[in-house]
Amino acid sequence: MKRAHDWAAILLLPVLILLALPTMSLSTWVTLTVAGGAMGMMLFLMALGLTLIFGLMDVLNFAHGAFITLGAYVAASVLGALTGWTAADSWALNMLALAAAVAAAAMCAGGAGLLFERVLIRRVYGSHLQQILITVGGLIVTEQLVVVAWGAQQLEIPRPMAMRGSFLVGGAAIEKYRVVAMALGLVIWLVMYLLLNRTRVGLLVRAGVENREMVEALGFRIRRLFVGVFVAGAALAGIGGAMWAAYQQVVTSSIGGDMTILVFIVVIIGGLGSVTGCLIGAILVGLVTNYIGFLAPSLSLGSTIAAMVLILLWRPRGLFPLARS
Amino acid sequence: MSEPPLLQLEGVHTHIGRYHILHGVDLAVPRGELTMLLGRNGAGKTTSLRSIMGLWRASAGRIIFDGRDITAMPTPDIARLGIAYVSESMGIFTQLTVHENMKLATASGRFDQTRLDNVFALFPILRQKWHDAAGGLSGGQKQMLSISRAIIEERRLLVIDEPSKGLAPGVIEQLIGGLRALKATHTTILLVEQNFHMASALGDSVAVMDDGRIAHSGRMADLVADEALQSRLLGLSLASHQ
Repeated sequence: MKRAHDWAAILLLPVLILLALPTMSLSTWVTLTVAGGAMGMMLFLMALGLTLIFGLMDVLNFAHGAFITLGAYVAASVLGALTGWTAADSWALNMLALAAAVAAAAMCAGGAGLLFERVLIRRVYGSHLQQILITVGGLIVTEQLVVVAWGAQQLEIPRPMAMRGSFLVGGAAIEKYRVVAMALGLVIWLVMYLLLNRTRVGLLVRAGVENREMVEALGFRIRRLFVGVFVAGAALAGIGGAMWAAYQQVVTSSIGGDMTILVFIVVIIGGLGSVTGCLIGAILVGLVTNYIGFLAPSLSLGSTIAAMVLILLWRPRGLFPLARS
Repeated sequence: MSEPPLLQLEGVHTHIGRYHILHGVDLAVPRGELTMLLGRNGAGKTTSLRSIMGLWRASAGRIIFDGRDITAMPTPDIARLGIAYVSESMGIFTQLTVHENMKLATASGRFDQTRLDNVFALFPILRQKWHDAAGGLSGGQKQMLSISRAIIEERRLLVIDEPSKGLAPGVIEQLIGGLRALKATHTTILLVEQNFHMASALGDSVAVMDDGRIAHSGRMADLVADEALQSRLLGLSLASHQ
């Protein structure tokens, strides 16, 4: 298909990666680039739902972090219950344990998403102020319910045995789990890409993001699509939460709230509602965090916000803004 | 006894927020004819079309389509009755290709080749631009795409809002040709238009709106022949449409 490609925005990542190379040794550069890519992929999973929910439904969902928290805790419980598999010296059993944790996280977060849409969100369509108030409230309530269910102490997560430690590639240490996280992120991105670009449902989602009213005037019930996208977005956040928790190896009830800021930064950098923008924004944030964390640790905390400010000065509506009607 | 109109508005009132826009619109759209809805800016033409499509809800009165009350029906259900809407802003999905825009207008996602060939015969440029992003089309090409989307499947009623708006005279002539070909198929069309040249070239029947009401309805030929009536209803002088 002939489409206009925004090369300046697409080339941003390769340029950033190449610019980082002269500032460090090759092995450090490889390690940090893979680490940044893996972190970016996990952020992408967490942020994709948020950007789709905003793009299609015009809903500012500050409760998105609740699905991340839920996914993280469910994954922690499943991995905790499957210690026989996670501790086994078998890639297959280890992968099965992780797959079970991720699937359970997706299902629980998706279910919670359905409940949220039915009980809270559908009452506040069209009002951003009410959406912010009710979804922030939803996040607080969910975090407290998680404390009631799992306790206030942080929970330790046993990472599957085969995913502990690092590979050494030409002197560069590459954490095994990061490779798994990156691979899973790529698979989910590919599935989402095919779903959005090769199916009729995807076509409707892309059209609905741009002009909901016209999609209805063509005879499609966009409300049903809203619910489906909300549930899928929540499930993806759950998967992202599960992967992030297993990466951190500890989980607290504030994990979702903490990640919400980063996730919003990703979505704003990418352009609200844009899937491609979300992917590039997430990897950009992952890379910037890792590079700056190494080069200037004292600036690390503000580096992502600085990146967002710079991007917005260049592109006030983000890297891939949507033309909305 | 003559056949009842395909679409009928009976005393339709529409409010947008606290503004009362339509004040009891009575309109009949005969089957197989092209009905022009004329009027000055702000007369309520677009609001009438959007009320028919359920995009703005009528607060009183009834909208009857083929004997069925559609006043409170959701927009997708109204569209599924076979009513296609071409909005004033064209409603093109600019991020999608021309092909994808057209595909969305089909119920099954597949094209009837004969209808597709007819569309290409009406607007050949769309065949050339088939795989291009619709956002890159010119204003006239977007309008052609918007109308093509409305006719790619068998429809019972086409509701078209100001297709000539902002288009160059040459493109308007092309559009008139396309709409004339459509009219020849006896498709029922309700067309809002400001361009009196286009209206007089196409309309069978006409309704003129003023201040949220129908101020006049009748045959288009009668309005074309009566300059005093044109002047009174539309503020037109003979020189303005010669």
